[in-house]
Amino acid sequence: MSAETLVQLIYLVSTALFILSLRWMSDPQTARKGVFSGVAAMALAVVGTLTGVIATGGTHYWWILGAFALGAAVGYPLAQVPLTAVPQRTALSHAFGGLAAGLVGTAKFFLYYGQRNEAALAPFIVVALVAEILLGFLTFTGSILAAGKLQEVKWIPQRPVTYPMQNASNLALFGLALALGVALVLHPLAPWAPWAFVGIILLSLAFGVLLIIPIGGADMPTVISILNAYAGLSAVAMGFVLNNKLLITAGALDGSSGLILSVIMCKAMNRSFFNVLFGAFGQTTTASAEGEQKAYKSDTVESAAQVMEQANLVVIVPGYGMAVAQAQHKVREVYDLLRKKGVTVKFAIHPVAGRMPGHMNVLLAEAEIPYEDLMEMSEINGDMPQADVVLVIGANDVVNPAARSDKNSPIYGMPIIDADKAKTVYAIKRSKAPGFAGIDNELYFLDKTFMLFGDAKTVVGDLARKLAGDSGH
Amino acid sequence: MIQTAHSEAPGHAAQAGGGHGQVDFMGALFVFMLATFIGFMVIQRVSRLLHTPLMSLTNAISAIAVVGALIVSAGKDAPGYITALGLVAIFCSTTNIVSGFLITDRMLKMFKKQGGSASASRGEPEHAPRALGGEVAK
Repeated sequence: MSAETLVQLIYLVSTALFILSLRWMSDPQTARKGVFSGVAAMALAVVGTLTGVIATGGTHYWWILGAFALGAAVGYPLAQVPLTAVPQRTALSHAFGGLAAGLVGTAKFFLYYGQRNEAALAPFIVVALVAEILLGFLTFTGSILAAGKLQEVKWIPQRPVTYPMQNASNLALFGLALALGVALVLHPLAPWAPWAFVGIILLSLAFGVLLIIPIGGADMPTVISILNAYAGLSAVAMGFVLNNKLLITAGALDGSSGLILSVIMCKAMNRSFFNVLFGAFGQTTTASAEGEQKAYKSDTVESAAQVMEQANLVVIVPGYGMAVAQAQHKVREVYDLLRKKGVTVKFAIHPVAGRMPGHMNVLLAEAEIPYEDLMEMSEINGDMPQADVVLVIGANDVVNPAARSDKNSPIYGMPIIDADKAKTVYAIKRSKAPGFAGIDNELYFLDKTFMLFGDAKTVVGDLARKLAGDSGH
Repeated sequence: MIQTAHSEAPGHAAQAGGGHGQVDFMGALFVFMLATFIGFMVIQRVSRLLHTPLMSLTNAISAIAVVGALIVSAGKDAPGYITALGLVAIFCSTTNIVSGFLITDRMLKMFKKQGGSASASRGEPEHAPRALGGEVAK
């Protein structure tokens, strides 16, 4: 058996393990098996590649070992971040993925160019190279910026940045990159080709920034998913360049995952891809000026606790506010206390609650809330009229009835959790300011709604104390 | 085995170089198409509970770029700056491999079912609304 055949066989097994890894993610019971399978697949990929490299006379092994060690040393602490910071970590690792693909593409181009290797710079390969660096470097800067926004780094504007002709100028830049790409495909060995290549790199880096600055916090789950898909697709492009089927397969799995998640996120916000990327949503539309006269009714934690104790069904709607306040452990206390009193407690999770897909589920699982009680929006909405109390913790737009009724609202048409159909609503809110999307929430002005103003962790903590205290009497 | 299937492909002679320069792009496109379909089918079945771990897992999987990075870094006749680019790419990919798999596992460990007999009567999350009625009665 030749070394090349051995390498391909190892890749074959690795590919199967990658597919199984994702297959096992279908159920929380088997999901950890998926991680082990993924680790095995990756180990085989590295072993297989090294086998091939050694067989064809590779070099720089000590340097490679050093790069592995350094990567592991940086990767380990990145895996220990608090779970509220998972969106940032994810964005940062998309950045690393994009950079790796971009750098490999750059290295390959200059290697082939230096060798005047006409066969290696066949049109198909140059197209793949251009796609690889475009996606790779765009993902790199875009993800860094997204991570910065999520981390609330000071020098990155939180609110969407918009300016006149934004889309037109972005499109013009994209056209320029495309034109450079076409020129490169036609004349890959021209004396100006390296400059065109560097030009595409610079434009891609600029693109990443330009695509992310007009995007607000509420769109982050979609953006993170799109960047996930880009990172995968850049690996696919690398696979085309290197004619490596393992890269193509693994990249395609990653790309389709990112794409599916983006579609789910877009549907959950009733927006198209195009609209998220080019829609710059988030400037406060102060159309509802008469909203000023509406008054919030606030209530005390004591009476909220009393009402909840009497309830049969309490539905808790968590949002990003819960994550920011790190209130999930206090929420768990309330959950336990209510259950002890015979109250059924369910969590209603909107697909875009939080800053990345599934963010709320992870935080609540961290607080050891059994996952059977974490309900999807579509599962719980039918039961909402039976809910005696809905407790909204730091969520806003996902429970805003304007999405159903107000055609002028920017969130009109977005599927929401029907909190307004419950018998009583308690909403915990940090301040009287509108939510991330900058829209007033009608839910808060309903007769059956009572506001509990304050930091989510403090309010939920007080609630737990009241519930515990009463049971002592 | 791959070679025999494409023995008529031009550029076949370059196979010893780890596949560089081979022009078998139809084969590559087929693989891409099939892998995308498999990806869609497998990912659609992923529980919505696990979308965050899914993303960190696919993060780790996208670090498959390490394969390309290794090939570039280990190249014999490459100028130093090309090796350096490859090494930085290995560093980036390894960071993702290590942190991606570790944090995915860390998150998945936290997903637990209800302890005790309650979980048995409740069954799958899809049927929970029905089970919910039963529990209200108690």
